[in-house]
Amino acid sequence: MRRLGPFLLEPRLSPPRSVVFGVSILAVVVALLAAAPVFLGYGLSPWQAYAKIGRGIFGSWPSFSEVLRRATPLILCGVGLTLAFRAQFWNIGAEGQLLAGAVAATGVALFLPVPEGLRLPLMFLFGFLAGAIWGLIPAFLRVKLGVNDVISTLMMNYVMGYIVEWLVHGPWKGPTMRGFAYTDAFPLSARLSYLPGTRVHWLTLFLGVVLAAAVAFLLARTRLGYEIRVVGQNPDAGRYAGINFAVVLSLVMIISGGLAGLAGVGEVAGIHWRLRSPAQVSMNYGYTAIIVAWLARGSPVASIFTALLFGLIFAAGDYMKTTLGLPFQITGVFNGLMLFFLIGFDILMFWRVRIAQREKVWTSQIGS
Amino acid sequence: MDVANWLISTVSRALAFGVPLLWGTLGEIYAERAGVVNLGVEGMMILGAFLAFSVTQSTGHPGFGLLCAALVGGIAALFHAFLTVTLRANQYVSGLALSMFGLGLAGLLGRGWEGKPLGNPLPSLSFPGLSQVPVLGPMLFQDQTILTYLGIVLAVLLWLLLFRTRWGVAIRSVGENPATADALGINVALVRYLCVIFGGLLAGIGGGYLSVAYRPSWTEGMTAGMGWIVIALTIFAAWDPLQAIWGAFFFGALYHLSYRLQAFLAPELLKLMPYLFAIVVLAISGLGGRRRRGRAPGALGLPYVRGER
Repeated sequence: MRRLGPFLLEPRLSPPRSVVFGVSILAVVVALLAAAPVFLGYGLSPWQAYAKIGRGIFGSWPSFSEVLRRATPLILCGVGLTLAFRAQFWNIGAEGQLLAGAVAATGVALFLPVPEGLRLPLMFLFGFLAGAIWGLIPAFLRVKLGVNDVISTLMMNYVMGYIVEWLVHGPWKGPTMRGFAYTDAFPLSARLSYLPGTRVHWLTLFLGVVLAAAVAFLLARTRLGYEIRVVGQNPDAGRYAGINFAVVLSLVMIISGGLAGLAGVGEVAGIHWRLRSPAQVSMNYGYTAIIVAWLARGSPVASIFTALLFGLIFAAGDYMKTTLGLPFQITGVFNGLMLFFLIGFDILMFWRVRIAQREKVWTSQIGS
Repeated sequence: MDVANWLISTVSRALAFGVPLLWGTLGEIYAERAGVVNLGVEGMMILGAFLAFSVTQSTGHPGFGLLCAALVGGIAALFHAFLTVTLRANQYVSGLALSMFGLGLAGLLGRGWEGKPLGNPLPSLSFPGLSQVPVLGPMLFQDQTILTYLGIVLAVLLWLLLFRTRWGVAIRSVGENPATADALGINVALVRYLCVIFGGLLAGIGGGYLSVAYRPSWTEGMTAGMGWIVIALTIFAAWDPLQAIWGAFFFGALYHLSYRLQAFLAPELLKLMPYLFAIVVLAISGLGGRRRRGRAPGALGLPYVRGER
């Protein structure tokens, strides 16, 4: 117990959910306040800007649907990351795993001779597998050679990014695309359908929500989920309990990378209908998903909602760009600030604040 | 003769491209030796690159630009130190936040500055006698700025400080076993703050070098993942400033070759080489078993709370 002016601070080990929720909201609000100077720098009043963005996005169904569209890849990547983070594996590589999925889907869409009806299912299957393989490599490197997971997953983002660049400038460059660094457009059978009047490729969104529930079930109710939690909380205990770390980690990264791969399939089959430069396919969804998973505190279901929040920020970025003339890089500033305040405020959850009464202070001083 | 020329220019450019990596790695080594991982190097470097460019462009003094780059790196690192040392936040996440924030902010502020060449970049040093020496002259003493030599001298000094002085013992003990250091009267939090901020200063200069010396211009995202290579180099160099010299110039050569070999392989595939090599190099050092020398500081990544454990 510590005393801070008129307040008593009591440590607590596991904060109740309401406190976690409250502190998270507080962090998000403070981050929005901290971003206010950016608007001032562009000669806009932050209040008016926020109000305008709010009205713009929540004002009509087509503009609100952009939040859902942006949230779709974030849900899939975020859910996968919660699983990896639960196993204490720092998968910073969702960006590369997403791109791997996009590449595999493009390969199936353009070059694999399959019946039309099978094309989309195969794209999702191969997209999952490609993301899983891209996620499995760092897991293997960590288990067998002790290679730091943060570094390997990050580096593999760059490797996959340049592979995509190479494909769209070189072997897969569409002959009908003139000077542009695109592949050819996908055939109709390789395109996802939209919710009417929007660009929401509902099948991917639906997959994300269902898989979030499935991963939550896996974590809470299955043997593998139990092993993941043990390995994540106490690797030594896991070893004594006879849990095979290598197997658990491999399965975690197959799922985590695979889900990011599915997000990549959704982006190329739902939005672009072709493979193009990595910055256009992904827009940092893989990195943003780290914040999504962190804000969700490792809960797959909660990451649906945190993904929606960041979908909102992306949609707001688009809106600011088109109507307020602000550059899209603002979202990067927002995201960084948000993450700063989230982890900075974490400490608040683990202290209980009470107004000090005379006797209480006295006893605590004796006690300590 | 052609091969000789090729080799000479490769070494020369490897030195030039290795400089930002060297400065960044030296800084990260100090932060990690004190027990704090800072994944924000990419963010600090890009902020340094932008500030060095914009200040130099406005004032005409590249030295002043680099000073401002160092300061912005140090300030950014101060945030990381506050979050991880004082608030005991997760070091990985805080560093990632710093990188996202830095990349976003530099991109935002730098929009008006893009595509304009820098009027007065950091000048190359001239060594009237030395640069005329055959082979070695053009390899080592032409087209290098002061930061190349300063970086090497700094590496040696930092090695001496770390392994031959009481301060070095204090820094290493804080990273190895903060509880013991604390019991010996070392201010753990202060040492960590200073080392992290020092790391930020160096990363800022490393970034600034890119925009006022190596390629005197500003483009968004011009650090292109060098900050992450720095993190890998820190491990590769086994947290040793002297080994960082070889590591940095080796990766400098890789970056340079990825431009030079374009006649033989697609440029995109060449550009991924440094990143692929970073993984390969770490995997190979993993193959060699965990030698004592290459071990990470014992308390790396862990916040220190007095009285716990």
